[in-house]
Amino acid sequence: MSTTTEAQTPETPSRPLWRRLIGFNLLSAVLLGVGGYYLGWFIGHQISGKSFEFQAKTDENDVALLLAYFFGVVGFLIGLGFANYPVSRLLGRPASLREKEDHGIGRYFGLCTDHKVVGIQYLVGIGVFFFVGGLNAMLIRTELLHPTPTAFGPNQYLSLVGMHGTMMMGMMTSGIMGPFANYFVPIMIGARRMAFPRLEALTFWLLMAAGFILVSTIFFGGFPTGWTGYEPLNDQAVMGMDSYICFFALVGLSMALLGLNMIATIVTMRAPGLTFSRLPIFVWSVLATAVLMVLAAPTLIAVLLMASLDRTINTSFFVVGGGGSPYLFENLFWFFGHPEVYVLALPGFGIVLELLPVFTRKPLWGYRLAVSGMLGVTLLSFFVWQHHLFVSGINADLRPFYMLSTEIISIPTGFIFLCVMGTLWKARSTFTVPMLFCMAWVFNFLIGGLSGVFLSDTPSDTDTHGSFFVMAHFHYTIMGGLIFTFFAAIYYWVPKMTGLRFNERLAKAHFWLMFVAFNSTFMPLFVLGMKGMPRRVSQYAPNLQGLNIWVSISAFVLGFSMLIFLYNTVYSLIFVRLRAESNPWRSKSLEWQVPTPVPVHNFEQIPVFDSDPYEYGTPLPVAGAEPAPAGA
Amino acid sequence: MAERNHARRFGAIWIVSTLIATPLVVVLLGPILPPGNGSEQASGHVTDNTVLMAMATPVLLLVVIYLIYSIIYFRQPQGAALEGPAVRGNARLQTTWIVITSALVLSLAVYGTVRLEEDGAGAGGGPSPLVVPSGPKLPVQVIAQQWAFTYRYPTYGGIETPHLVLPVNQMVELNITSLDVIHSFWAYQLGVKADANPNVDNIVYVKPTHLQTFEIRCAELCGIWHGAMFDHGHVVSASAFATWIQQEQSTFAAAHKVLPPYSKTYIPEPTRRGG
Repeated sequence: MSTTTEAQTPETPSRPLWRRLIGFNLLSAVLLGVGGYYLGWFIGHQISGKSFEFQAKTDENDVALLLAYFFGVVGFLIGLGFANYPVSRLLGRPASLREKEDHGIGRYFGLCTDHKVVGIQYLVGIGVFFFVGGLNAMLIRTELLHPTPTAFGPNQYLSLVGMHGTMMMGMMTSGIMGPFANYFVPIMIGARRMAFPRLEALTFWLLMAAGFILVSTIFFGGFPTGWTGYEPLNDQAVMGMDSYICFFALVGLSMALLGLNMIATIVTMRAPGLTFSRLPIFVWSVLATAVLMVLAAPTLIAVLLMASLDRTINTSFFVVGGGGSPYLFENLFWFFGHPEVYVLALPGFGIVLELLPVFTRKPLWGYRLAVSGMLGVTLLSFFVWQHHLFVSGINADLRPFYMLSTEIISIPTGFIFLCVMGTLWKARSTFTVPMLFCMAWVFNFLIGGLSGVFLSDTPSDTDTHGSFFVMAHFHYTIMGGLIFTFFAAIYYWVPKMTGLRFNERLAKAHFWLMFVAFNSTFMPLFVLGMKGMPRRVSQYAPNLQGLNIWVSISAFVLGFSMLIFLYNTVYSLIFVRLRAESNPWRSKSLEWQVPTPVPVHNFEQIPVFDSDPYEYGTPLPVAGAEPAPAGA
Repeated sequence: MAERNHARRFGAIWIVSTLIATPLVVVLLGPILPPGNGSEQASGHVTDNTVLMAMATPVLLLVVIYLIYSIIYFRQPQGAALEGPAVRGNARLQTTWIVITSALVLSLAVYGTVRLEEDGAGAGGGPSPLVVPSGPKLPVQVIAQQWAFTYRYPTYGGIETPHLVLPVNQMVELNITSLDVIHSFWAYQLGVKADANPNVDNIVYVKPTHLQTFEIRCAELCGIWHGAMFDHGHVVSASAFATWIQQEQSTFAAAHKVLPPYSKTYIPEPTRRGG
């Protein structure tokens, strides 16, 4: 007892260590989470009349596992302190609206309602799961070095494929929306907080709980369905499938709440003078994405609830013999699934258009066109979902409509390209690392978009559907579209978030290796798909082995480029800690005008806007009077 | 250099490279595009894929050449901090862009629709396809289950065999269905792909045009041995087909007695999980 008293620092008034560990923090959250898990496990066994066992057996008890996950998550959230506010209000006690907004490092490890803390929590949390998902991809490519199953059994292999896809589609949904929208949207619109700070923290912790649930699938036999979870394979699968269902439902909940919060914040909390026509284009992309999230994610939650009921209490939504239809699952899943891919792509558009003016020293070209492009994509993305089902036999007569709607969606996407090209016209570009990632986006998304034309055309899709061609296509749009802009945003904004700067040489090495390896990995996959290699197989025609080895080696190099990033992060941000300039990119956007680190309440005084943040460039010269630029 | 010169020079580079590259793509890439000429439908796909490639080439060149051009010419001089021109848009260019992309996209959609409704394009057309080819058709049922395809020939007594053999130059009606989960029947060289759903009769019409052996793969994830669900089918002459089907009838005569009667679909036993 006396030692703890001596160890006390003056800042923490006399509270022994053991006393400080009791309370609403991550430790209690984990303990209550584990407790809740076993409570649910126990109740589930009582309900289904099976004898209680601590150790799960594959395909034993879906009720118990789903209840265990449910109570585990509830316990985890209570432990973090999410119940304090509603309970205090119910009991008529005073309750604080905002929590833990001090300056200690501890606020990053618990419930914190400061949007800047949540942004950094998101960045680190999502980053960890991004690396787990990437590691899965490396293992998949290891297996595909050989045309017959060698490194893994078929069940392990499918679990890896499923985990890679689900992890990336689930966690990286918030890849830009989580870290950067949470951190910068309030600052960019001149607000002191998000509209619902408590909800904001909830979206992050739900996502973390979900991530661990997905990883836990390896203890329950994995799941064989890939990220799409199609019925009736879903109904047939072992208990690992419940992890998938629970994971995606939690991700859906997190997405819907995040979207709701963003819409409320952007619509109601803009500073005076910040009209919609002056909103930074990144904020517009966040708004469009948020609308998609709010409208699409509930469908996902509903369809997964139906799947879990089929699995547990023998309803037959999707069971053919009981009057259900697997088509229902496909329809509902893709009604969520297609907007979902635009949830991944749209924030990328926003990042590119937001960063280009800074590095070209020009105003954003075609602001209104860019906004209408994003809104057009948002609207149209709800009318294209059956293009995933062109050969399924579902509503075959409607295929011309879905062909048309899918091809029309390339018109608003084309707007974004025109705006990029217009902004680059006669620019004074500096090719910094964020700018390089944006330029790579232009190329990658172009390839992704053009290959999409083949998939939107039913006769052509007949060759490419379900093949590696599709795989290459969506890696170009999602990895090339989202992950490249994710890194652009990291190199651009992390100096603001941390006040520290990255090593430029390592960052450039990361970019070039990633860009070359990315294209060298996914370009040959178009060829493999056209030569008839289906997705998600560990057995393929022996004559395709050469190309597959090429792809695998490129994929390993791609993985290595991520290690360079990781090394740079640890080296620059933890060991070297060189201070970043206050505005290294000479940006005119509001987030670079506030001090670093950003004060807890962002602004002393709420700013007043009289223009958009793209006041770059010299006014237009009189025709013919402009001096010739160097190099012409 | 004035703005007009940049525009003119870029335009010239783009047009010249398009005029060179597009015919090259059609001539060099066209013949090796999938899936070959195994059937009328497959040959149709090759045409479609070539048309799409030819349309994509100018777009690809436009953006890529522009990107390279802007990287070379629109740079910040070393050590300088110059601002670019404060241009915020160009109404005429924007309108032109919208009109051209819309025209391109609409013509693509019309082209795709026409090609699809001509002959069904080998894509699964559901239980009652809009377009049914005239003339005699040989019905063949494809039954998918974990993890193999079997085939029934209803006009030959509903005989079921594990081999797919089709007569050449004969319109075939494939009735694709599944006994358990969703599979997808992919006959690569014939340009056929159709999902096999339980309780659904998914119809595809295909007319093989020459004698060949073609690959059959499952193209929808159907469980752990999805990767092993592949086989070969054969297109043979009409007389060889008649001999083969007689052999099959005698080989599988005993098995035929215990088969359920031929039906468009077979409702699988519900898989009940029991908690």
